[in-house]
Amino acid sequence: MNENIALTEATYYILLSLYTPQHGYGIMQHTEALSAGRVKLAAGTLYGALSNMCEKEWIIQLPVKDGSRKKEYKITEKGLVVLQNELNRLKHMVANGETILMEDL
Amino acid sequence: MENRKTIFKWFWVWNFDKEEMWLNKMANQGWVLDGVGFCRYKFIQSDSEEYTVRLEMHSFDDNYIDFMRETGAEYVGRMVQWIYFRKKVSDGEFNIFSDIDSKISHLNRIGKMLSVIGIANLTIGLVNSFNYINIGWINLLCATLLMYGLGRIHGKKEALEKVRSLQE
Repeated sequence: MNENIALTEATYYILLSLYTPQHGYGIMQHTEALSAGRVKLAAGTLYGALSNMCEKEWIIQLPVKDGSRKKEYKITEKGLVVLQNELNRLKHMVANGETILMEDL
Repeated sequence: MENRKTIFKWFWVWNFDKEEMWLNKMANQGWVLDGVGFCRYKFIQSDSEEYTVRLEMHSFDDNYIDFMRETGAEYVGRMVQWIYFRKKVSDGEFNIFSDIDSKISHLNRIGKMLSVIGIANLTIGLVNSFNYINIGWINLLCATLLMYGLGRIHGKKEALEKVRSLQE
């Protein structure tokens, strides 16, 4: 697996949200809250991203509970590695930005 | 009944965004989409600006419709591969796609469908023409039209890709 990748903002927030199991609508609400209302995931985008991430095994779908139709998802070990790499990449980017723009900040 | 009406209207596939704009214009005037058919749109009276209407090309997938419902959207209907949803404005902003990548992959799905039908028409048209079957030109005309549509979709895609080269 190529670790040197940049995640999209949607992917990043979905993976973060799935640190605890969530269903689709929960991910949307969690993301909006985390980003202070800036990132609003639309349902079609989210559905596509969840399917892709399940295929890549970054997340898994949990067994559906009795009496509920809502599907819950959770991040996998593989997904956690991806998220950790992304966090390091972002930290590095922020550090670079701060160093160069230090006087303006 | 006075609180319902049906309008027959034709939209080219590559004008799906114009179709969506028209449906929202109707909703703003108090006529919300309640059913779809071939060139046929059924509306029911509602408060003006009560609903947002969205449409999308998506393969047959009940899981997807359940997923959309879970997020508060109402499923209005389907016309072949096109599905129509509505959501109350008071329940929050309603979009199907929230980033450039998913808009591009939607255009890819439409493009793929147009190519498949276009190539089928081209093949049938050519075979018929070589066999001196006079209606072959109809398929060739269809193929030309579909290729034109493909060009329009491609143009939309290129515009999005240009934006994406600098931002998400």
